[in-house]
Amino acid sequence: MEQKIRVLVAKPGLDGHDRGAKVLARAFMDAGMEVIYTGIRRTPEQIAEVAVQEDVDVVALSCLSGAHNTLFPRVVDLLRQKGANDMLVMGGGVIPEEDVPFLKEHGISEVFGPGTPLATIVEYIKTHVTREA
Amino acid sequence: MDVTQGVLAGDTRAIARAITWVENGDSRGAELIRCVYGSTGRAYIVGLTGSPGAGKSTLVARLAGLLAAKGHKVGILAVDPSSPFSGGAILGDRVRMFDVALARNVYIRSMGTRGATGGLNRTTRLAVRILDAAGFDWILVETVGAGQSEVDVHDVAYTTVVVMAPGMGDDIQAMKAGIMEIGDLFVINKADREGADRAATQIESILQLSMATGWHPPVLKVSAEQNTGVDRVIEAIEQHRSYLVQSGQLDVLKVRMAKLDVLEILKARLVDMTKTQLDRPAVQAELNKVVNRQSDPYTLADSIFEQSWRKT
Amino acid sequence: MDDRESLERLKAAKLRWQQHVDKVPEGKTGKAYSDCATSSGIDVSLLYTPEDVEEMDYMHDLGFPGEYPYTRGYQATMYRGRLWTMRQYAGFATVEESNRRYKYLLNQGQTGLSIAFDLPTQLGMDADHPLSEGEVGKVGVSVSSLADLEVLFDGIPLDQVSTSMTINAPAAVLLAMYIALARRRGISADKLNGTIQNDILKEYSARGTYIYPPAPSMRIINDIFAYCSREMPNWNTISISGYHMREAGCTAVQEVAFTLADGIAYVDAAIKAGLDIDSFASRLSFFFNAHNNLLEEVAKFRAARRMWARIMKDRFHAQNPKSMMLRFHTQTAGCTLTSQQPDNNVVRVTLQALAAVLGGTQSLHTNSRDEALSLPTEDSVRIALRTQQIIGYESGVTDTVDPLGGSYFVESMTNRIEEEAWKYIARIDDLGGAVKAIERGFIQQEIQNSSYQYQMEIESGKKVIVGVNKFQAHDKPAMNLTRIDPTLYEKRHEELAAMKARRDMAKVEAALARVRAAAGGDENLMPAIIEAVDVYATLGEVCDVLRSVFGEYRPDASF
Repeated sequence: MEQKIRVLVAKPGLDGHDRGAKVLARAFMDAGMEVIYTGIRRTPEQIAEVAVQEDVDVVALSCLSGAHNTLFPRVVDLLRQKGANDMLVMGGGVIPEEDVPFLKEHGISEVFGPGTPLATIVEYIKTHVTREA
Repeated sequence: MDVTQGVLAGDTRAIARAITWVENGDSRGAELIRCVYGSTGRAYIVGLTGSPGAGKSTLVARLAGLLAAKGHKVGILAVDPSSPFSGGAILGDRVRMFDVALARNVYIRSMGTRGATGGLNRTTRLAVRILDAAGFDWILVETVGAGQSEVDVHDVAYTTVVVMAPGMGDDIQAMKAGIMEIGDLFVINKADREGADRAATQIESILQLSMATGWHPPVLKVSAEQNTGVDRVIEAIEQHRSYLVQSGQLDVLKVRMAKLDVLEILKARLVDMTKTQLDRPAVQAELNKVVNRQSDPYTLADSIFEQSWRKT
Repeated sequence: MDDRESLERLKAAKLRWQQHVDKVPEGKTGKAYSDCATSSGIDVSLLYTPEDVEEMDYMHDLGFPGEYPYTRGYQATMYRGRLWTMRQYAGFATVEESNRRYKYLLNQGQTGLSIAFDLPTQLGMDADHPLSEGEVGKVGVSVSSLADLEVLFDGIPLDQVSTSMTINAPAAVLLAMYIALARRRGISADKLNGTIQNDILKEYSARGTYIYPPAPSMRIINDIFAYCSREMPNWNTISISGYHMREAGCTAVQEVAFTLADGIAYVDAAIKAGLDIDSFASRLSFFFNAHNNLLEEVAKFRAARRMWARIMKDRFHAQNPKSMMLRFHTQTAGCTLTSQQPDNNVVRVTLQALAAVLGGTQSLHTNSRDEALSLPTEDSVRIALRTQQIIGYESGVTDTVDPLGGSYFVESMTNRIEEEAWKYIARIDDLGGAVKAIERGFIQQEIQNSSYQYQMEIESGKKVIVGVNKFQAHDKPAMNLTRIDPTLYEKRHEELAAMKARRDMAKVEAALARVRAAAGGDENLMPAIIEAVDVYATLGEVCDVLRSVFGEYRPDASF
C-alpha cells in the first residue's frame, strides 16, 4: 500500500477564524493527504500531543490573533521534547514579514501569508516531507 | 528509537509509528507484528458503529474518559472515509474527542478507510494488535458511520455497540438488514431529544423477532453530550463480556479473529502479487485480448494466478 | 413599469439587439457575453432593461424612504439629514493606549466609538488566565474588570458618545460594567447610547468566540433584551451579524439569508420568553459586510432591508413601524485585504465603502490598508477614516436618497438576492430554525462550501485578485507596523493582582453567589451581574460562575 502524507492542521491560540485552516484542510485532502484538524482554540501542549499520537509528517499551524511568536515556537519545543524532531512544522495567518526570521530560527520551516496559492503550499509539503517512511 | 521495544513499553511515539508502518504496508510493520503478537490477546475490544450524526465520536470520548478515570488504559481507533478520487481524507473525529485526547492513559489514532468499504481500514485489525501489545486494556474502534454495510467492525471487536439517535426512524427500518444483526448492545444517543422512547421501542420490537439465543442485546438511552447514562453503557459491555466468557463464546471469537488476522494478511499479499502481475508488460497483450473479446477475464485471471503461485 | 404595448416593442427590439450582440466576437476580459455570475451564483446579463423588472410593483416593492418596506432607506431624508456614523473599530493593548486612540479618533471627526476587545476578554477570561499568554492586547483592548473600564473611558463623556462594543458571549458582563461606570459618574442607564454585538449564533456558525451552549446563551440574550427594554431605551441590544459569516466565506445571498434567519431565531426566543415584539424589536440592529462586487453589495443591503420589514410585519405581526426597520452597521470586507501591495487595499476599501453608502448604511467602519499584515498604524487608520469623509463630503452620492434605486440592474439584482435568500430561510425553517440548523452544522457546511469554491476560483484564475494572482509585484512592503508590547501579559498579571488585593473579597463572593443563584433560577441575570462587577468581581470570575452552571459548548467541525 502506498504511503500517505499525514498533516495536522492546528489552530493554536484563541482566535476563531478557521476559514483558512479549513480551506487548507480540504486542499490537502484533494491533494491525496490525510488531514487531521484540531478545531479552534488549542494549546501548544494539545497540538504537540496530537501530532505525536497521529504520527503526522506535517504540522500546519494557523493563527490570526497575533500570538504566533509565543505559540508557534512552543509547539516546536514540545515536539522536540517528545522526540518528534522529524516533523515539518509550518505556519500561516496574519504574520508580519518581520516576524518570519524569528519564527524560522525557532523551528518553523516556512511561513505562508494570506494570498499564498494553495498549490504552493501543497507543493512545498510534497517536496519537503523527507521523513523516512 | 526502537519501535518494537517502544510499543511493548507503551511509548506513544513508537505506537504511532508502528501503526503508520502497518497502515502503509511497510515490511517493518510485518516484522513488528511478528515480534509483538505474543504480547497480544489481553485487551478487550469494543466496536462502535451506527449512522452518521448519531454522536459516535462523542460517545467514544465519554466512554474513554470514564474508563480512564477508573484507571484503565484506553486506545481509540477512529476511522473516517477517504476520498475515492484523491485518496486523501479529512479525519474529523478528533475534534469531538479533544477533552479526552490529553487524558493520561488515552491514545487516539485517526485512520482513513483508504479504499476499504466495510467501515474500517484494512489494517485496523493490525492496529488493534499493536495497541493490545502496548498494554491498552480497552480498545475502542469507531467505524466510519455511513450505513448498513459497515459490518466489518464485528470481525474486529468482541462487543459491538450500535449507536443511533432519535428522529432517524426510517434508518432503523433500513438497518434491519445488516447492522441490527451485529449489535450486542444498542445505544439511543441524544436521548434528551424527542422520539427517543419511540426509537427504543422500535429497536426492541425488531430484536424480539430475531432468533438469537443466550444473549439478548439491551437497548440503552443515553446522552453523550450531557454525559448521562454513559456509565450504563460500560456496565452493559461488562455484562456482555462476562456472558462471552461464561458461555465460552469468547474463545470461539478468538479463534475466529486469529483466522481473520491470517486471512487479512493473505488477502493483502494476493492482491499485491496479482496486481504486480497485472501491470507487467507481458500481460498487456493478454489484457488486450480481453478488451477485444478474444479472451475472457476468467481465463486471464486463471493464468495470472497460476503464474503467481508457481513463482512464490 | 412601462405599459404593455411599449414593453412588447421593447422585447422585440431587445431580441434584435441580442442577435447583433451574439455575432460580436468574445471580448478580452475572459468573461463570455452569455456566461457571467456573481459570487452568489446569480447570473449577470450583459444588459438590463424594463423587461427585467416587469413584475416589480413600485409601491409594493420599493415605496418611499422611511416607509414600509424600507427598500429605499430607513429614513426619509437619509444622508441629507445626517451622514452615517463613522465608526472605526479600534482598541489594542492597554486601556491607557486605547483611551488615547479613542480621543484621537474623536478629535479627527469620528462620531462614535467602536471598542475592540482582545480574545481573552471576548472569551470571558481574565488577562492573567494561562491561555491568555500571547493574546493579551493583541486584537483589541484587554478588559478584566470595572477598574479597566474606568481608565478606558477616562475623559470621554458617556452620555454624549455612542459606544459600540464588539462583545458576544460575555456581552452581559461588559454591558454591566458600562452601566456601573456610568452610574458612578452620575449618568443613568437610560441616557446611554450604543450597541453590544451580543450575537452568539454567528459565533457558533462562523466566528468561534462562544462560551456556553446555545440554550443558556439564548437565555442570557433574552435577559439582556428584557432588561434593556425597561432600563435602556436607546441601547441597541444586539447587532445581528452577517459580517463574520461573509468573512468566513459565504456568499452575498447566504449572508442575507443566514443573518435574517439568526434574527428570526432571536425574535422567536424573545417571544417565547414572554416579551412583546414591539417592546424589543426596534432595538435590534444588524451588521453587514461590504465585499468587492459593488452593485451586488448595494442590492444586498436593499434586499435585506425589504426582507426584514416583511418578516417583522407578516411573520411576527409587529405593529410599530420601528420594529420593521432594518438598521445596520457595515464594515468593509477584511478578507479581501491582501498582504501583497497593501496600498491597493485603500482602493478596495473605497469601493466597498461606496457600496455601503449607496446601500444606505447607518454606520460604517473602513478597514486600514495594512490589516492583512498586523494591527493598523495610526496613519493607515486616518486614511481609512478620510476615505469615508471623502465619500461623504466630496463624492456627491449622499445628495440623493438611494441613488441607484430604479436601475434596471440593481432592482433586478435586489429581487434575485431576495428570492434566493427566501429559499435558504425556508430550508432553515424546515430544519427547525437557525439554532437547530447550526447544531446540525448546516450553516457551517454551507459557508464552508462557498469558501472553498471562492478559493478554488482564485486558484484557477477564474477570479482575479489584483496583486495576488494577476499583476503581481515582487517588492517587499516596508511599513511601520504596530507592535504590541510582548511583556503585556506579565504587566496585566501584576495589575490584576493589585486590583484584587484592593477589593472587598466578602462582597465579591456574596455578589458572585447571587449571580450563581440567578443563573440557576429564572430571574433576570443583569441586576446580579451589575452588582458583581460593581464590587470589582472580574470578567473571568463572573463567566466562570456562569460556566459552572451552564457548561461549555463543544462544536463539531465541518469541512
